[in-house]
Amino acid sequence: MRRGARRAAAVALLLLGLVAFYELYRWVWSSAGWTWPFAVTDVSMPHVWTILKAFGEPAQVNQPPLAQILFHKSLFTMKEAIAGFVLGGLVGFGLGVVLVHSTLLRRGVVPYIVASQTIPILAIAPMVVVWVNPKLPGPLQGWGAVAVIAAYLTFFPVAINTLRGLQAVDPRALELMRSYAGSRWTILWKLRVPSSLPYVFAALKLAATACVVGAIIGELPSGLQSGLGGAILNFNQYYSIEPQELWATNIVAALVGILFFVVVVLAEKLVVRRAPENRG
Amino acid sequence: MSVGTAGDKLVEWLPAIAVFVLGIALWEGAISAFHIQQFLLPRPTQIASTFWTGRHQLWPAGWYTFKEALGGFLVGSALGVLVATFVARFEALGTALIPVAVAASAIPIIAFAPIFNAWLNPLSPTSKMAIAAVLCFLPVLVNTLRGLQSASPRQIELMRSYAASEREIWRRVRVPTALPYLFTALKVASVLAMIGAIVGEYFGGAFTALGVLIRSDAQILDFTHAWAGILVASLLGLSLYFGVVIVERMVIRWAPESRGS
Amino acid sequence: MSDQPVVRIEKVTKVFPRGNVTALQDIELDIAPGEFVSLIGPSGCGKSTLLRVIGDLIEPTEGAVTVNGKTARAARSDHDYGIVFQDAVLFDWRTVSKNIAVPLELLGWSRDRRAKRVDEMLELVELSGFGDHHPWQLSGGMQQRVSIARALAFEPALLLMDEPFGALDEMTRERLNLELLSIWQQLGSTVVFVTHSISEAVFLSTRVVVMSPRPGRIAGVVPVDLAYPRTVETREDPRFFELVTQVRELLRKRGEHLLPEEEASLLEAAE
Repeated sequence: MRRGARRAAAVALLLLGLVAFYELYRWVWSSAGWTWPFAVTDVSMPHVWTILKAFGEPAQVNQPPLAQILFHKSLFTMKEAIAGFVLGGLVGFGLGVVLVHSTLLRRGVVPYIVASQTIPILAIAPMVVVWVNPKLPGPLQGWGAVAVIAAYLTFFPVAINTLRGLQAVDPRALELMRSYAGSRWTILWKLRVPSSLPYVFAALKLAATACVVGAIIGELPSGLQSGLGGAILNFNQYYSIEPQELWATNIVAALVGILFFVVVVLAEKLVVRRAPENRG
Repeated sequence: MSVGTAGDKLVEWLPAIAVFVLGIALWEGAISAFHIQQFLLPRPTQIASTFWTGRHQLWPAGWYTFKEALGGFLVGSALGVLVATFVARFEALGTALIPVAVAASAIPIIAFAPIFNAWLNPLSPTSKMAIAAVLCFLPVLVNTLRGLQSASPRQIELMRSYAASEREIWRRVRVPTALPYLFTALKVASVLAMIGAIVGEYFGGAFTALGVLIRSDAQILDFTHAWAGILVASLLGLSLYFGVVIVERMVIRWAPESRGS
Repeated sequence: MSDQPVVRIEKVTKVFPRGNVTALQDIELDIAPGEFVSLIGPSGCGKSTLLRVIGDLIEPTEGAVTVNGKTARAARSDHDYGIVFQDAVLFDWRTVSKNIAVPLELLGWSRDRRAKRVDEMLELVELSGFGDHHPWQLSGGMQQRVSIARALAFEPALLLMDEPFGALDEMTRERLNLELLSIWQQLGSTVVFVTHSISEAVFLSTRVVVMSPRPGRIAGVVPVDLAYPRTVETREDPRFFELVTQVRELLRKRGEHLLPEEEASLLEAAE
């Protein structure tokens, strides 16, 4: 527990350091009047305090405070991200399982899994939205398409790492299982999957970030107002007048990303701790 | 073991080629069979032809965006390597920094794209380059740092038995062991760079940029042209990736992949 | 040939703070030039630690080590010894020749001089023609030979070996034993050799130092009076069996009072 407290203190110190650095940079640049890489003004770099204050105030007249609005928008985006995480995780895991059993399929499919990540999802997002939405039941429409986009970004790291993990089995353990006439299924569940856990969790950590990014990006072309992506687009338009709102939104987005990541790390500690072989 | 002959290479790639052909055939077939509107999902043949006929607009736009991605990739990776090298000299700092950097990479940097645009003239390529650079910086930093710390204790003991200085240990052991890690990160970064550039353009960019082009195509529902643009983006992203792979094969001739694991 | 011992170990004690383990206690040992001394004992008796103390890779908590009349640290700086580990520790990114050349590069030798010496070493360990191969293309036994070639490349008077053949099969091991003896006699070096194998210790050495664990002490020293050059026949000599039995008795006597769990925990703490 002491380590946890020490780590929390280190993080707090780091954050304070960042804030101090930010304000220092701001002060130096605006006093000196330097314009490279960009001119420092109240618009380009609002004071940290201004940003924090903005959380408490309403963004527009007769609306609840920004913090509350952003909170609801994050919930919306998180919904999409979680759905995408689950969908992409399952697809990726399934793909990894299928591919580990067939070299032919591996050679045929893996290059495309890799190539699929070079397609800028932002570009195909509008098409996915137009295509997927009509196929979804009523309540799922809109955010469902974004979940698909989030899943698209998620399945890749999960698939690749699951594959690598399932392949990373000690050949002697494999031989042992075969000598017990273990069926493919038995070998899979009793040997490959447990040995692949470290890799799977590495993938899930990447996936945690990917699904949040996917959810935010997916919202942009969909015109959905209810999520963080919509908020970013919205506040981007008002940036020259009220820059602190965009910054506030970004901070919230960052927190959501980190939250997902931390959840996976904690899950890993729980699951992996139960297996004594996986110490360290 | 010598590098595989051309015949070996062909056999290795045959399944992938088969899948490609099969995939395209299915795509075309499904569109005909299910009468899917061209509006929703264009035929691959149409996309291919638009790719060619639209080349005077598409290809230069792709090149414009590619330059942003490449610039960001180079700057971000170089910074990542520099910081990692600096931090690795102080072991405690390195071990403390890795979890922070990993957590930082959980932040959707993409969300900061509009701010980068606001800072550095949205119409200029510099803002997109900055986004790409930030995206590349973190994975390169984390992996290079890990790589620099990956020399085995026995190797270090061996060098100590030679009374080797820190710098000699660095040069002869730590750097070579870090190279595979570096290239893994560069492969990831190469893909991120292109995506970063295009997403950056989504929030605002010159008309000569590919991302802007694709976006406006999508808005006027000219999906065939948009897909052609995506094809360009994808090909360019792949070429950067393969560029890294080629450099890797030249530099690292001892890695398991090059000797067939 | 001077009378000065190559290695003098005076009342050396080493306590590892983690787990408060006394790996070595009051070790006293002199090694004369040209000797082949084996250190043998159960896991945790400190033999590898003692080897590293001689090589100044570990500092003793108490006591003094003199190598070639200097402190262990000075001897290390002056490159007075070469070391071979159980794992060949070759650099994958260099060819065999370049691997052997590593210490020579560090010594600042010119390229021609290095190339010449590397060829000589390759011949010594009978790997001429494999210079341009990479470590992963060689068998375990061959990799160890490269490791030995590298250790001897700059002709140190002292050779420290930490279970170098431990990971190899018996036949390869016996063959390499013969090769090592031949190299030793050609070069006239002094060898300190850590091993788990009683027969290997007796076969190779002029003296066998038996160590006991917890705390690491010298239980006894068995001089080996078998004639050199030793051959395959030596292993069938009745005197060989007598000496092996002597060593075994020494090991058993001092190790008798240990319970298996105690030995196991020593394995974890001291290694």
